[in-house]
Amino acid sequence: MSLVAMRNICKQFSQSIIALDGVDFSIDRGEVISLLGENGAGKTTLMKILFGMVKADQGEIFFNGEPVLIDKPLTAIRMGIYMVHQHFMLIPAMSVLENIIIGNESGTGPLLDLREARRTVVQLIREYNFDIDVDALVRNLSVGQCQRVELLKALYRRADILILDEPTAVLTPYEVTDLFRALEIFRREGKSIIIITHKLKETLHIADKISVLRNGTMVKHGIIPAETSAIELSSLMVGRSVNLDRRRPAKSIGDVCLTARNITVDHGNGNTLKDISLSVRKGEILGIAGVEGNGQSLLLKALVGLETGPGVNITVNGKKLRKSPKQFLNSGVGHIPEDRTIMGIIGEMSIKDNIILGYHRSRPFCKHGMRDEKEIDRYSRDAIEEFAIKADSGNMKAGALSGGNQQKVMLARTFSQPLHVLIVAQPTRGVDVGSVEYIHNQIIGLRDSGVAILLVSADLDEIYTLSDRISVIYEGEIVAECLPGELTKAQLGLLMTGNSLTPVETGRD
Amino acid sequence: MRSSRFVPYGFAIPAKYGYSASALLLSLVCVAIIILFTGYSPLEIYQLIFIHTLNNKSRIFLALSQATPLIFTGMAFAIAYRVKIINLGGEGQLHIGGMAAAVIGAYVTGLGHVSHVFLSLAAGALAGAFVAFLIGIIKNKLGTSEVITSILFNSIIVYFTSFLCNGPLKPAGSATAQTKAVQATARLTKLVAKSQFTTAFIIAIGIAVLLYFLLNRTTLGYEMKAVGHNAVASQVQGINVSRVYLFTIMISGAIAGLCGAILVLGVNGRYVEDLSLNYGFAGLSVAALASYEPLATIVSAIVFGILKAGSFAVDRTTSIPVELVSVVQAFVVVFIAAPRMIDRLFDLVRSIFDLKKWRTKRI
Repeated sequence: MSLVAMRNICKQFSQSIIALDGVDFSIDRGEVISLLGENGAGKTTLMKILFGMVKADQGEIFFNGEPVLIDKPLTAIRMGIYMVHQHFMLIPAMSVLENIIIGNESGTGPLLDLREARRTVVQLIREYNFDIDVDALVRNLSVGQCQRVELLKALYRRADILILDEPTAVLTPYEVTDLFRALEIFRREGKSIIIITHKLKETLHIADKISVLRNGTMVKHGIIPAETSAIELSSLMVGRSVNLDRRRPAKSIGDVCLTARNITVDHGNGNTLKDISLSVRKGEILGIAGVEGNGQSLLLKALVGLETGPGVNITVNGKKLRKSPKQFLNSGVGHIPEDRTIMGIIGEMSIKDNIILGYHRSRPFCKHGMRDEKEIDRYSRDAIEEFAIKADSGNMKAGALSGGNQQKVMLARTFSQPLHVLIVAQPTRGVDVGSVEYIHNQIIGLRDSGVAILLVSADLDEIYTLSDRISVIYEGEIVAECLPGELTKAQLGLLMTGNSLTPVETGRD
Repeated sequence: MRSSRFVPYGFAIPAKYGYSASALLLSLVCVAIIILFTGYSPLEIYQLIFIHTLNNKSRIFLALSQATPLIFTGMAFAIAYRVKIINLGGEGQLHIGGMAAAVIGAYVTGLGHVSHVFLSLAAGALAGAFVAFLIGIIKNKLGTSEVITSILFNSIIVYFTSFLCNGPLKPAGSATAQTKAVQATARLTKLVAKSQFTTAFIIAIGIAVLLYFLLNRTTLGYEMKAVGHNAVASQVQGINVSRVYLFTIMISGAIAGLCGAILVLGVNGRYVEDLSLNYGFAGLSVAALASYEPLATIVSAIVFGILKAGSFAVDRTTSIPVELVSVVQAFVVVFIAAPRMIDRLFDLVRSIFDLKKWRTKRI
């Protein structure tokens, strides 16, 4: 008998969106199950139903064979289920200890007894070898440490079933290893773990069993890793075979197109760039590898005109750019921003209005200050088709699209314009595997047409696969530059976390 | 599973207007409860307000003339809110606009009717736009919230215009605080004799149409919507966000200034100290009820105009004062700000009456 079993779970969000269609799922004690699937396949929804955050339209949940009703997260937590969300639910201004005990404070009456809680938490930290100070403020922690705080929250609540939503999405290779080590201990203690992911290699590495969801149906449940392969899993996920690891180096690299010389910015609080110089040639992709929060955002801002100042010195095709994002845009610097929902897409506006954003004042979209509705319609219809955006029409709100399709809207916007330079950040974050392949192909295609591309990504695999040259950024400084073959991913990971390679081998200067 | 809300019988009304209608209805229910406490019958009071007002031609025009300033201040608030600027300075911009129109209307002579009216209106609009410009510049350069500055400017302006009509601009021998009467050439034409229903109403509708056109057909309107929905993404894609803010709040100020001008040229014939009956702030309710859409503002202003006209009758015949309307306006803002609550209420009503079953039967 399974510890938890979900039977015939159905969930429909609207008439056209069926999130889950009769899904069965089960997990045993001490088992690690990887829930695999593309974005929008229904993985997170299924787990939110188990955690009581979403109500299923149909279906039953059994706990130790007994049917149970999980109507809210608190019920789930009392049953020993805990979910660590993709976006951590932590309060930055509070300490690690305070974050852990929130909602579960010990003490008598209205008085808070932190002493006992502290003892428990300190012991947990020691037990699992988590390197965290209980009194540190959460805002000063790294992403990996935040995740450990979330895990501690689960342990403090004596959770037996842990649900982790995309736990490795924001971690460096070393942090991933640490996380897996911790999960290993949990398993040995008899805890059950469900990992929501779309990363195949990790899945094969950590999981006891693999379940694959596609379009709201369970394609296959309980696959044994030893009996499958990454290729089989990806074809189960996508419905066809994909290959994301094939490197396609540039064939012909031209003259220098984009140059940044000695960029120095200091906004305090570690929000700095220290003397960054880089150049990108036509038909070349320069990848910037680094752990998030090491100055990438600031560098991106400087490269697209959002950060201007005496220390910012950008040249495109010999022309100095210094004024505003508009000047950069008009000089053929395309920009796919890092945070789609905040910086890229205007969710409340239609797809067609998003596609022309930034170019809306130029012909043929605008004549004498008036919108040319017909041209905008025609143009956006073509773009929607060309970039395979899944939408009923251009009038649909962009916010209603899936992450991958929103990303394609941004590609359609930028790639349809004449470009010299492309600044692209996190192009496939939260994007399904099928779209990842498509987006990578588009970027490579653009490079081969002679555009100079600067790629920033937290996904080291992506940097490794796409880049013709890699620079490593750490604390606002370029600490190394190399060709993809020169260093292993593990070595890059060391550089990204501020360690040096011994013997020093950082490639060319 | 629930289909999208407010789609009765096959034709779709944008959900936002459904919320507006519900908010208005709920406000009237709440006010009915308050009326109950005063000992009157809410049914009779509402009958008095709506039936009595609408069954008489001159009272209909009274309602429309009461609605006219509300269309202006409603649009002024609505257009600013489209870029998420909260212009609470409508009151001050109205007063400075009225004062500017009064000065041009009274002291400029020798013009024809059309040109004098136009010049006076333009002066009102410019004055309002100028004050809004100051608010916008302070926001852009210093980052001060327009919510604060626009309210503070209200006091500055109202005291300033009060000083003018109590001092330098007060006609000799006048007992009350007011300016010289404007020339006959600057008065707005009455569309209905013995009423305050003037060409101002037509100007209001014209401006609503212009704003609709601006928002939906021009590149600038597109930029305004983009900035309103996501200023960061707009800036990233090269839109000069500060300029859009400045421009929009100036349009807002100009419309509020125009409101002052039409009150001077159409209603009072001169600047008087109590020119505005709180129209500036009432604009907030009007705009909220109209979902910040220029054309819908006309409808929502007329609704409040009818309430206002009706409340005069209530005021005369009962001990319930005209301020009844302000209470309705306040409730409207509260309910508009709480769409979730309206959803819940509808769910409740549905579960009680099982409306869905009833509806499917009908279809």
